[in-house]
Amino acid sequence: MATEPSTLALFWAAVIAVAIVLYVILDGFDLGVGILFGTTRDKALRNEMMDAISPFWDGNETWLVVIGASLFAAFPVVYAVFLPAFYIPVLLLLFGLIFRGVAFEFRYRGSARGLWDLGFFLGSTVVAFVQGAAVGAMIRGIPVVDGQYSGGRFEWLAPLPVFTGIGLVVGYALLGAGWLVLKCEGELREWARLRVPRLAAAALVVIALSAIATIADRDKVVDAVFLGRTWGLIFPAIGVLAMLGVFAGALRRRDGWPFAMTVLFFLSSFATLAMLFWPYMIPYSITVGSAAAPEASLSFLFWGAGLFVLPVIAVYTIAVYWFFRGKMRKPSTGY
Amino acid sequence: MELDPVFLSRIQFAFVISFHIIFPAFTIGLAAWLATLEGTRLATGNPVYRRVFDFWLKVFALSFGMGVVSGIVMAFQFGTNWSVLAERTGPIQGPLLGYEGFTAFLLEATFFGVMLLGRDRAPPWFYFLSCCMVSVGTMLSSFWILCNNSWMQVPLGHAIVEGRFVPVDWWSIVTGPIVRVRWPHMLLAAFLTTGMSIIATGAWYILRGRQPAEARVMLHWGLSLVAAIIPIQMFFGHVTGLYVLNYQPAKFAAIEARWLTQQPASEVLIAIPDPWAERNLLAIEVPKLGSFIASGNWDAKEVGLEAYPTEDRPPVVIPFFGFRLMVGMGLIMLAVSWFGLWLRWRGKLDDTRWFLWVAFLSFPTGFIAVLAGWFTAEVGRQPWVVYGLLRTKDAVTPSLATADVLFSLLAYIAVYAVIYAFGFHYIYRLLRDGPPAAEQGPGDSSLARVPAVAMQEAPSVGAE
Repeated sequence: MATEPSTLALFWAAVIAVAIVLYVILDGFDLGVGILFGTTRDKALRNEMMDAISPFWDGNETWLVVIGASLFAAFPVVYAVFLPAFYIPVLLLLFGLIFRGVAFEFRYRGSARGLWDLGFFLGSTVVAFVQGAAVGAMIRGIPVVDGQYSGGRFEWLAPLPVFTGIGLVVGYALLGAGWLVLKCEGELREWARLRVPRLAAAALVVIALSAIATIADRDKVVDAVFLGRTWGLIFPAIGVLAMLGVFAGALRRRDGWPFAMTVLFFLSSFATLAMLFWPYMIPYSITVGSAAAPEASLSFLFWGAGLFVLPVIAVYTIAVYWFFRGKMRKPSTGY
Repeated sequence: MELDPVFLSRIQFAFVISFHIIFPAFTIGLAAWLATLEGTRLATGNPVYRRVFDFWLKVFALSFGMGVVSGIVMAFQFGTNWSVLAERTGPIQGPLLGYEGFTAFLLEATFFGVMLLGRDRAPPWFYFLSCCMVSVGTMLSSFWILCNNSWMQVPLGHAIVEGRFVPVDWWSIVTGPIVRVRWPHMLLAAFLTTGMSIIATGAWYILRGRQPAEARVMLHWGLSLVAAIIPIQMFFGHVTGLYVLNYQPAKFAAIEARWLTQQPASEVLIAIPDPWAERNLLAIEVPKLGSFIASGNWDAKEVGLEAYPTEDRPPVVIPFFGFRLMVGMGLIMLAVSWFGLWLRWRGKLDDTRWFLWVAFLSFPTGFIAVLAGWFTAEVGRQPWVVYGLLRTKDAVTPSLATADVLFSLLAYIAVYAVIYAFGFHYIYRLLRDGPPAAEQGPGDSSLARVPAVAMQEAPSVGAE
């Protein structure tokens, strides 16, 4: 258990951590727009929402691929425990991603548009929920015996994971609303700005409920070393300040604030969880050091993917956002 | 065969991978076809190539999207249903499949955007380069997948430490003798699949009197390509058979439905294998030919399934028929392509309507051959998931209950039924409508909405 992680193992753990942060923020806003998409029936607003994310969403999901590929390659034990532990949520995640993905293409092909629009909304919502539920289940700890998952099938439907699942749906919606305020003008911007404070308030309520559920489950969290790192409480504090910034940004009509402050909120949440979990990769049973693949695997991956592919993906991502920077030009498409 | 998590997980894997493989098999060839068309257009300046290109680009985009979507599912199957396999072989399979995801993304996603959106913005040479890079990307993807699968077929370059497979010689894993044979076999299969699809599409248009110039490009090029490739493919098929004979003799015996060890061995051309009685019904056999095929010697002794303990034997029915189906499809491709070229040489191709009908109806031959070949390879590997070292039944996720897998399998079937019904329908409509007429205006609406397509293609992952 006390296996110290090697430098390469730390490198890949850092890659995965960065990829998770980027994924949550980037796919988070387009999932959030997908969630908001289902709350209006206005065709023009809906089309504009699609336009606001269509240049980005595929690249955003790429980070999920990076996470999955790096995890399987560098920490196969984690991959082999995490996916069985979330067998049904992963299934729902995949279906959500499928319906969401094809909606971008299929909804413009004439037939069955209502089906694809519904699939886009439900798919986005389900993806957000199961990701949040996974976080809640991780806080409660994932039981492992002999390197394999040994828990039940519906641990992710305990109160805490359900709260965190709803929390992430709300959180992504907030991120999506912030994105729309940032990228759009006119009616859609006003529509989204109106929703920012409501979503932020809802997020705070759900987080409070999650905190209560965590306290109720505290016997399961007993192995977390968070309590020994009281300086880590700075991160939740930053999160609270960021939420205040979200409200302020919406009230003072600063188009960049809600999104930027929500991003800061997500960063502080991630840091809080990292404080809670470190050095565990599967809380509270498998550490980064004990989960790492042999050095031969890590270095094989490093010399190609680490040194070459990851920088190119990063540059490509930056280039896409730079190319589409600023307010969205209207009308971008003539559907 | 009771309904247990192992059996259901196998069915589920077979289901999702079968739906997945038809798209990569199609798009690997299409990417190369598009790059060739674009290169030819640059060299000749003939606008007909541009129209053919634009048309197949739309088909490519939609098929590629379907392949990516079903590929993401594949990337999770190892973890959800085969976690013992993932945990034990992760140090080897993880990097190989990881590289697939990384390289596929790197080349396909970045240059694919240029291919779909960059026609008016990128200089022609860069556009052509992007087409080539996308093609290289699809081929590299298949390389990593074949690396991984070949390692599962004939594991090498590893050590087993505390039950886990640890890489000791990456070079032999990545360039082993098996992958050197099987990767070309798969690439050629993909080219043939696309080639037959292009032939069939061209024949369809000529039969309907549509877009004759474009249809002729498709028909003639497709016929030449398939006619040239099919003999090479038969050679690689033969070499693939030799590796099976050398490394997986039980699989070879299953493919031959050879229950008893024979000297000299006869070749079962066709039969109905009866696995319970361990014999063949209604068999048509050629004496001594079995020895010649396996050993190049008319009197050699050939090992039958009886030489293996029951628990080490692969099933017979699927490898036996799968192999024959694949070979049969190959023979149809050979006949269609060579006869078609002969007709063309005689100047009768456009008027021989019965042949055009045959060519049109050969549309699925490549797809069937790919599926049949993979079923032969994968079912023939049983009862092992890593040949000789890890049994399939020991590789399944221990925490899975039968109800879980039954639920997920039924859910996959339901979801795929919806998605694929529409996907196939949309692809069919594209193919049916064909390229726009020669004097097209600028308002080709399908290309105007390409951005949505482009965005769907990028995250390629898993088993392409």
